[in-house]
Amino acid sequence: MSVLKSNVPEGPIKDKWTNHKNHIDLVNPANKRNIDIIVVGTGLAGGSAAATLAELGYNVKAFCYQDSPRRAHSIAAQGGINAAKNYQGDGDSVYRLFYDTVKGGDYRSREANVYRLAEVSSNIIDQCVAQGVPFAREYGGVLDNRSFGGVLVSRTFYAKGQTGQQLLLGAYSAMNRQISRGKIKMYNRHEMLDVVKIDGKARGIIARDLTTGKIERHSAHAVVIASGGYGNVYYLSTNAMGSNVTAGWKIHKKGAFFANPCFTQIHPTCIPRSGDYQSKLTLMSESLRNDGRIWVPANLEDAKAIREGKLKPTALTEEQRDYFLERRYPAFGNLVPRDVASRAAKERCDAGYGVNATGEAVYLDFKAAIKRYGTEQALIHGNHNPTDQEMTELGEKVIEEKYGNLFQMYEKIVDENPYKTPMMIYPATHYTMGGVWVDYNLMTTIPGCYCIGEANFSDHGANRLGASALMQGLADGYFVLPYTIGDYLSHDIRTGEIPTDSAEFIEAEKQVREKLEFFVNNEGKHSVDYYHKRLGKIMWDKCGMSRNEKGLKEAIQEIKELRADFWKNVIVPGKVEDMNPELEKAGRVADFLELGELFAKDALERNESCGGHFREESVVMDGEQVGEALRNDKEYAYVSAWEYKGEPSDAVLHKEELEFKDIELKQRSYK
Amino acid sequence: MNLTLKIWRQKSRKDKGGFVEYKVSEISGHMSFLEMMDVLNEELIAKNEEPVVFDHDCREGICGSCSMFINGEAHGPDRGVTTCQLHMRKFKDGDKITIEPFRAKAFPVIKDLMVDRSSFDRIQQAGGYISVNTSGRPTDANSILIPKEDADLAMDAATCIGCGACVATCKNSSAMLFVGAKVSQYALLPQGKVEEKERVRNMVAQMDLEGFGACTNTGACEVECPKGISLDNIARMNRGFIGSWLLGE
Repeated sequence: MSVLKSNVPEGPIKDKWTNHKNHIDLVNPANKRNIDIIVVGTGLAGGSAAATLAELGYNVKAFCYQDSPRRAHSIAAQGGINAAKNYQGDGDSVYRLFYDTVKGGDYRSREANVYRLAEVSSNIIDQCVAQGVPFAREYGGVLDNRSFGGVLVSRTFYAKGQTGQQLLLGAYSAMNRQISRGKIKMYNRHEMLDVVKIDGKARGIIARDLTTGKIERHSAHAVVIASGGYGNVYYLSTNAMGSNVTAGWKIHKKGAFFANPCFTQIHPTCIPRSGDYQSKLTLMSESLRNDGRIWVPANLEDAKAIREGKLKPTALTEEQRDYFLERRYPAFGNLVPRDVASRAAKERCDAGYGVNATGEAVYLDFKAAIKRYGTEQALIHGNHNPTDQEMTELGEKVIEEKYGNLFQMYEKIVDENPYKTPMMIYPATHYTMGGVWVDYNLMTTIPGCYCIGEANFSDHGANRLGASALMQGLADGYFVLPYTIGDYLSHDIRTGEIPTDSAEFIEAEKQVREKLEFFVNNEGKHSVDYYHKRLGKIMWDKCGMSRNEKGLKEAIQEIKELRADFWKNVIVPGKVEDMNPELEKAGRVADFLELGELFAKDALERNESCGGHFREESVVMDGEQVGEALRNDKEYAYVSAWEYKGEPSDAVLHKEELEFKDIELKQRSYK
Repeated sequence: MNLTLKIWRQKSRKDKGGFVEYKVSEISGHMSFLEMMDVLNEELIAKNEEPVVFDHDCREGICGSCSMFINGEAHGPDRGVTTCQLHMRKFKDGDKITIEPFRAKAFPVIKDLMVDRSSFDRIQQAGGYISVNTSGRPTDANSILIPKEDADLAMDAATCIGCGACVATCKNSSAMLFVGAKVSQYALLPQGKVEEKERVRNMVAQMDLEGFGACTNTGACEVECPKGISLDNIARMNRGFIGSWLLGE
């Protein structure tokens, strides 16, 4: 029997949000002054929520582990932000954005939430422009758009290749305005280490001041978690080094259900790993696939010679190359969705065709595009008989204008000139669609505890479309949470300040302290990174782009053993009451070691292939689509929400059945 | 390659601090500078010694966390990159590398190579925003037309990652490039015009209060800036600042 209540309002989908806003309780401005809200994380979701809640009149306490809210990892988002503005007049609409997002998510998201996201998307752009975000513009002075992620309209707004940075600086500036007025109290270099519940409600957190190591108690009438995704469970990912699951995991252990942990996005165009010392992976914007052709050598001997440095890729003729995406998916070619492109690259590398020293890379080649643009430019310049060299020069200029900064970044990292020799790319963990389960109001299963942005599960189903993460973060923070939280807080206007000397706070602090002291006192032999790398390898090999029953069962067992070894043999130098980055990492990896197991358990339970989750047992057996992912709507059209019961393996599954009233369920095809 | 590292170690803000020499071996040219530091730290941890503390996060040159002064240069010998994007192929076998924190009165050391740059936050809080409510209903985005050239210039200024390399590089520890960039972004956009005078005065006043030095136009900051922020931004800020007094309210 399910205990999940999604609280989706009644009525037609297009009226749900408006009706809901009209009928929920509000807090009057005078009373807002008496209410405190804690926001953990200051990326696009947390930063925008903190600023908006403070403007409304609440007292906000915002926490981030970085030295400034401006450094949250939203800052690294490159491509853009979607909005159903239809400025290009190409037939975009709220419905179309809603439809694309549900379909792109492979029908595993909650319809009403996605519709609301599409509905408020347009407002986000208005808001950001008013704040002074310098979006790209056309010569007439209006905003420019580009198309993204294989959809049929141009709805992506962007600021060069730094859209995330500019949007985050916008939210940060809105926060600064409230910090200067005293409405936000900012706690930089602080990490939340537990949530405190009083009478079943979230009433505060235990945080550690990372500069001094002091453990602090902070109370509030509601707690908002906006701590981002858990991609670092793989050790190597495009996430920041500090990105972690700790805030989400701590509330999970106190009663918040964790939904769809196995839904993870592996992005196809990242710079490959070069050796075992690698600490993180760098994303190259998806936009490169618009002009680059992806290939590996057609013969195993050539691939081997290239890996050994005996052969150059440019020496191979067209016949000696296998443009595997164009071969397998003639209709979409190099522009198939992220999950499909990633799996196809892995398949070739596993079969021995991979190209750099590690054998884990494929080529992304711009030669054809350079030639095509070169010919076009020569004609424009009146040169009807250009030499090869003239054509190449003209073509390279066009490529430089479009992707110059990415090519430069690639050259800095790999030390090869991508204009002259094909780029090497390989998939890497990038985004986690799964996360803390929330209802329509973005509240978790702990009353008064909310979860927004990448940290929650709600909008992207089993796969996220490009340029939709920024949209969701800001939608939650600017336009959804500030309304819905009022409904809950309207019952708290007479509560008064929450004291921090209650038994609940004392007990929570004690437990946090004990764990920290354990780490620094343990006489172990292996560093935290030693364990994190091992966990990452299990996750990548057995819970990565392709999963099967045997591998997942092994993963569960191996993670269990690794976790036991960690608690016995981890070594953490230094003290608790001091700046101690190893101690911070130890706590985060301890949580990843639990999440990893739940992740594998969730992947095992979901015996269907959908979005980023590919089960080898669930593929099309014959016909044109043979070997492709097969979704199973009959048995798995639900959200898996896990309840914590001690060990990750004891977690209890609750199912939120998904209803699709406004969209017909279809199997994706890119052939 | 094998390297000798001369690293600034300082236990706390109050500690005097000093250089300590370490040796690292078998460093690959493909490693980033911070990955080389990881190798050193893993060796220290194995000996139960405290690893070298430094700020870092995104490791792709955009968050602005990393802040090392390497062989006398902010972010080291390469141009247009942060420390996390600097690769070891820029060094050769047998090199001795000196690594210090970003030094400035307004950036006190927290521990080892980690400094406190909250002064940058306080300058932004003094006026680095447009006073518009996020919860309001602003007008349609395209009702504000902005010439492409202005939008592009504003974007160039807004590219600043707030790392503080300009301050660390400047012989006067001036923050003019950082503040100039933020002031410029808003001064170039119509949305920012309304509060222009007040903004530049307040931000400059806070900058002085934090103890940053004055600008003497050496231009070193522009050379070392990992994002290529132009000195033009300082000129634009100065014009705005003087103008805000000359032209009155």
